[in-house]
Amino acid sequence: MTALLEVSDLFKTFGSGEAETLVLSGLSLTLQEGEMTALLGPSGSGKSTLLTILGTLMKPTSGRHTMLGRDLVAANDAALTEFRNLHIGFVFQFHNLLPDFTALENVVFPTAVREGRETPAARIRGRELLVRMGLGARVDFPSAKLSGGQKQRVAVARALMNRPELVLADEPTGNLDRVSAMQVMDLIAEINRDEGTTFLISTHDEKIASLCARQIVVGDGQVTG
Amino acid sequence: MLYGLKIAIRYLTASKAQTALLVLGVAVGVFIFIFMSALIGGLAEFILSRTVGDISHITIEAEDPDPAVLVNGDGLVLAVIERGRTRTATLSDAATYLPLIENVPGVVAVSPQIGGAGFLTRGAQVAQVSVTGLEPGRESAILNLRGYMVEGSERLGSGIVVLGETLADDLSLRLGQTLRLQSSTGASAILTVGGIYDTGNGLIDGSSVYVSLPTARALFALPQGVTRIEIKLSDLNAADATALRIASLTGLDAVPWTDGAEQLMEALDAQAQTGYFLKTFALITIVIGVASALLLSTYRRRPEIGIMRAMGAGRGFVIFVFVTQGALVGLLGGVSGAALGYLALLPFPSRDAFEPGTLPMDITQGSYGLAITLTVIGAILASILPARSAARVDPVTAIGQ
Repeated sequence: MTALLEVSDLFKTFGSGEAETLVLSGLSLTLQEGEMTALLGPSGSGKSTLLTILGTLMKPTSGRHTMLGRDLVAANDAALTEFRNLHIGFVFQFHNLLPDFTALENVVFPTAVREGRETPAARIRGRELLVRMGLGARVDFPSAKLSGGQKQRVAVARALMNRPELVLADEPTGNLDRVSAMQVMDLIAEINRDEGTTFLISTHDEKIASLCARQIVVGDGQVTG
Repeated sequence: MLYGLKIAIRYLTASKAQTALLVLGVAVGVFIFIFMSALIGGLAEFILSRTVGDISHITIEAEDPDPAVLVNGDGLVLAVIERGRTRTATLSDAATYLPLIENVPGVVAVSPQIGGAGFLTRGAQVAQVSVTGLEPGRESAILNLRGYMVEGSERLGSGIVVLGETLADDLSLRLGQTLRLQSSTGASAILTVGGIYDTGNGLIDGSSVYVSLPTARALFALPQGVTRIEIKLSDLNAADATALRIASLTGLDAVPWTDGAEQLMEALDAQAQTGYFLKTFALITIVIGVASALLLSTYRRRPEIGIMRAMGAGRGFVIFVFVTQGALVGLLGGVSGAALGYLALLPFPSRDAFEPGTLPMDITQGSYGLAITLTVIGAILASILPARSAARVDPVTAIGQ
């Protein structure tokens, strides 16, 4: 396996002066292509901040961050936006779908925003993903009317739309009941196995973490295990 | 950009009531803009038609030749031949110029005239009058005599005089009665009253009479030429430019109606300025309304903007979505307001049928295209601030909300 992503000596502070808070303190981490990794750690350990930086939504205060051989610390906002669109998918705890759009429209968004329109090819791909997520009957359903589990599966389909190398999932099952949570995790495991997509899943749930081949524990802003 | 348009439309249609209210607000602003344009324009039209509608828009008058002087070798004036008491200046070559003037663009009527002073005698009663000789068949070319006739006809022929109702009352004259008209040159003619008019203008109704051009030639001893040429234009606002054109074509001194009408023009300008202020305030209201509504929308949609940014939407895309919303609101409100304005103006009489006591609204001066264009531009400008604010949304903070 080759390294997909690498961060080293990552520091992140918020605020300044007496209010300055150190969240990441020299964290180093490497993710291999096709890995399915759980990110564990107590609240406030820096998991979400790490995911945000890895997702190029935020820059570290200092340190090195590369993915697919590109230095993402030096890249500007436009370059990061394009990189994020092409290579990184997100699944959030609260699904974060666009409420005024249908399930299919939500799924094809990452492609449509790049292409400037919803191409027929994108709609076919989006429909296939929704069918794979068990939502074939909900393709044109308004996303606001879907159940919590269905919304999260739409969010997973959206994250996979552009065939990204890396999917970052922040507590993807944290807002779901046990049955829905296991359905979502089964889907993630299936995609990881079939398509070789790399997953980094932040979770508090040991059972969810046990489904991942690798576990990383973060504490006090560093990888501790 | 097509996708940005789709999202903008979806956002507008997702909150139908809010969008409808916003469009209504813009439409009301546009309605006021159009109403004010029609009122101010109509009022100016009404004032002009009442003040200068029946007068010559361009007048060419014969210039008196400079008095002849006898000068000695040292430049000392020894003798001056004074001007005669009666008008002798004539446009002797008027017949040559008339076809030229008639072909000037914007000229709708040309009336060669002979004018002078005279005395009207009916029995023992005498009245001093202003005599105008008009070409038969062109009696209503400048002053709409036909429209003002209360008795008889405006048609002028040999031995016919047409006079005002006030003058007829003063001299106890009736249609078909005869009178004697003596000109300032001493010539006189016995004429029959062929028509009586009432223009509402005391000067014209009380001391003006009209005869045919041949009758006037005899009265004022002018075998050829005329004393003035009056010209009417389709657009009286073009009088200055057309007068210059006629002057350069003919070499004659063509005087537009605006010469000597500075006070009227100032009053109309002041009225137009008032209209501009009111219309500007209407536009400012539109801009503030659109900006505040879109700012509210931006705030409400911050989490969605954050998601879009996280999914790879650039700042330019976000700006486009919100500016397009502003443009669409401006377009919808502009067209609706223009349609409302047009419908509201329909019941008012047309500009040719303005009556005293009614609002002189001119439906043709509603500035519909201008109102829509300015509204769309205003709405786009108003949406730039909210759009920039949306583009600056931090995805991390927004998604966490």
